[in-house]
Amino acid sequence: MRKKLVSVLIAAAVVAGTLAGCGGGSDAGGESQGTDAETASDAGSADAGSADAGSTDAGSDVAAAGGEEGKVINIYSFNDELRTRITAVYSAIENTSDDGTVSTLNDGTEIHWVINPNQDGVYQDKLDEALLNQADAADDDKVDLFAAELDYIVKYTDANVDVAMPLSDLGINPDSDLAEQFAFTKTVASDVNGVQRASTWQACPGVLVYRRDIAKEVFGTDDPVEIGKKTADWATMKSTAEELKAKGYYAFSCYADTFRTYANNIAGPWVEADSSTIKVDQKIIDWVNDSKEWMDAGYFDPTVTGQWNADWFTAMSSSSKVFAFLFPAWGIDTQMVPNWDGEEGAWAVTNAPLPYNWGGTYLVAATGTDNPTHVKEIIMALTGNQDNLTKVAKEYTEFTNAQSVMDAAANGTEFNSAFLGGQNPYGYFADSLSSIKMAPLSSYDQGCVELIQNAFGDYLQGQIDYDTAKANFETAIKERYPEILEIQWP
Amino acid sequence: MQNKRKLVNYAKWGYIFILPFFASFFIFSLIPLVDTIRYSFYEYYRSGIKEIGPNFIGMANYASLIQSDMLKYAGNTLILWLIGFIPQIVIALTLASWFVDVRMRIRCQQFFKVVIYLPNLIMASAFAMLFFTLFSKTGPVNSILMSLGVISEVIDFMRTAFGVRTLAGSMNFLMWFGNTTIMLMAAIMGISPDIFEASEIDGCNSTQRFFRITLPLIRPILAYTLITSIIGGLQMFDVPQILTNGQGNPDRTSMTLIMFLNSHLRSKNYGMAGALSVYLFIVSGILCFIVYKITNDNDPDGSKAAAKAKKKRGG
Repeated sequence: MRKKLVSVLIAAAVVAGTLAGCGGGSDAGGESQGTDAETASDAGSADAGSADAGSTDAGSDVAAAGGEEGKVINIYSFNDELRTRITAVYSAIENTSDDGTVSTLNDGTEIHWVINPNQDGVYQDKLDEALLNQADAADDDKVDLFAAELDYIVKYTDANVDVAMPLSDLGINPDSDLAEQFAFTKTVASDVNGVQRASTWQACPGVLVYRRDIAKEVFGTDDPVEIGKKTADWATMKSTAEELKAKGYYAFSCYADTFRTYANNIAGPWVEADSSTIKVDQKIIDWVNDSKEWMDAGYFDPTVTGQWNADWFTAMSSSSKVFAFLFPAWGIDTQMVPNWDGEEGAWAVTNAPLPYNWGGTYLVAATGTDNPTHVKEIIMALTGNQDNLTKVAKEYTEFTNAQSVMDAAANGTEFNSAFLGGQNPYGYFADSLSSIKMAPLSSYDQGCVELIQNAFGDYLQGQIDYDTAKANFETAIKERYPEILEIQWP
Repeated sequence: MQNKRKLVNYAKWGYIFILPFFASFFIFSLIPLVDTIRYSFYEYYRSGIKEIGPNFIGMANYASLIQSDMLKYAGNTLILWLIGFIPQIVIALTLASWFVDVRMRIRCQQFFKVVIYLPNLIMASAFAMLFFTLFSKTGPVNSILMSLGVISEVIDFMRTAFGVRTLAGSMNFLMWFGNTTIMLMAAIMGISPDIFEASEIDGCNSTQRFFRITLPLIRPILAYTLITSIIGGLQMFDVPQILTNGQGNPDRTSMTLIMFLNSHLRSKNYGMAGALSVYLFIVSGILCFIVYKITNDNDPDGSKAAAKAKKKRGG
């Protein structure tokens, strides 16, 4: 009898354990509880903040505990670009470990650099996981600051999601403290209510980078002003491409290179707020049609079938027959310089057929950070300090996010680039920037941009017909975003 | 009573020793498995960083999968698998019967066995990466063919369905034929030498010996190889994924079922991915049942059935 009782008890314990496991596994219950708790604590700390008017850390859990800063600052990023920039400008950093994972500040606080590659969405996966667990994480494991690229920044600055802290909650006044920043970089970093939730140190106006030797051979000159006339708009660019073709050169490496100039000039966002319909803009269709025409005419290098692959990098080397690339400042520094194997000074910069902006890394303070003061210092040091932005521009040939600094750079000679044969590219960057009409963003941009290029890449390569490409895009985008129900073509 | 007490029961030690396996299976396999099946009936995914669901939607995931291109991807998977499997089984059978043939007396057998097994030791993804580089437009294969004058224009292997499928298939062939060879060798060596000897005395030539004796006698192992290879083929992922950068290019002709599953996981669509997994689970389950039937067959050569039939006829 006793034995039976014991076995019944054990069986009951096993069943209970199973059910408990299931309960823990179901995120529904846990998640909603977490949100409730967070809202409650937010409300509480907001009260504390208003009571203590001097406190700058309203909204953080720590504010209620007396403004004590955590010992570890976790910074999430997708490559070591952010680490090198912050290390270069944030004077409180005393030393960084050899493997680059931990930096120590002069007050003993440690910065932990959490770097995951962008490839295959790994970075966002890890970041999302951490942000969803933010409320329950121990203080030292909380995300404090993270990097977000323009293609997906809306995902994080969404006011409803509230994972990005408004800068004003950190004690930064965007109107006065970040007055020097270019207006569009502030607009794209703001949520629908106009509250700025991110800040960047770079603006990314795109230019046309061309080979001087090819220009001399085909056009008889490598003067940026003269070449600029030949690349002034798409119609002129086409006849220029014809001239290049006659001498056996290609205007651009592939159709993906020209994509950003079209995609950055779309009239409406890919997806309107709270809509489940993707609206493909006429500009994108123009890109498809123009690319097809160019492809058939032989203006693109047929060996290159997309960006970020070995063939594309080879097209930037001295053996290539490609005349020009369309790049913002970061592209010259991070893509062209390492892939160029000839002598320095072989390239020059001029205006692109259409002004555009490509990319940009934004700094976002994570809601629930336990280091609001340090986070504020870092954001200000990198994105709101004129001296630092001058330094970054000089050291890394970046087009930094400060109007006066960039004006000075365009007019001075100290920013001349050896890679560009002593040319000062900042004038062209500034020109491009002044005429940028920033495309309206949506949180679906990354998937749309990536998948439409894939789908129509097959079409441009002559693999499938136009309608199949459309159907393939629709299939792929619905796989990526299950909430998308309809795709409208112009 | 006295006797009973003397009996020491060691069985519990057996259970204790296998407990760790069952505990870890229960925690790391069974619970996720049950969860996968459960979520397949739910709408459950992530939009941006917002979690949608889980909302119970019954069989909707299953229905929309049937309406999607799932069967096309199943077809792709089958084609990729066949391209790898047919040469694999032919070569493996030939090599296995050569290796065990006493008359051929192949030298350095051990060496060859190691060499043919080697590709299996390389990680599939690394192997795919290697092929990707070898067969790219600017890769060594193209430049060798060009300089030999075999081709006048570079071949873009990755842009034709034929090219990608052949590459993926031949990679699977290269990786697995060694493994199959060794398995079939073991099977052939398990056949009693008496039978071979007897057949030779009866004047059997080597072709007859292969088709009349070797093949029928290794039938269970052959079936086992076939079924496990189909199950492995169903799960084909890393090679085509890396070769086509996850897109199944061109025109999704080399998108396998698991790549399809993976593309649902980009949006953390646990519901849809769960339903797809259940479909795969059912197919694999049926295949496993078949292999179980075959390996547990107590009448592998059909002699008992034949005897029965004879009895009936004679009866």
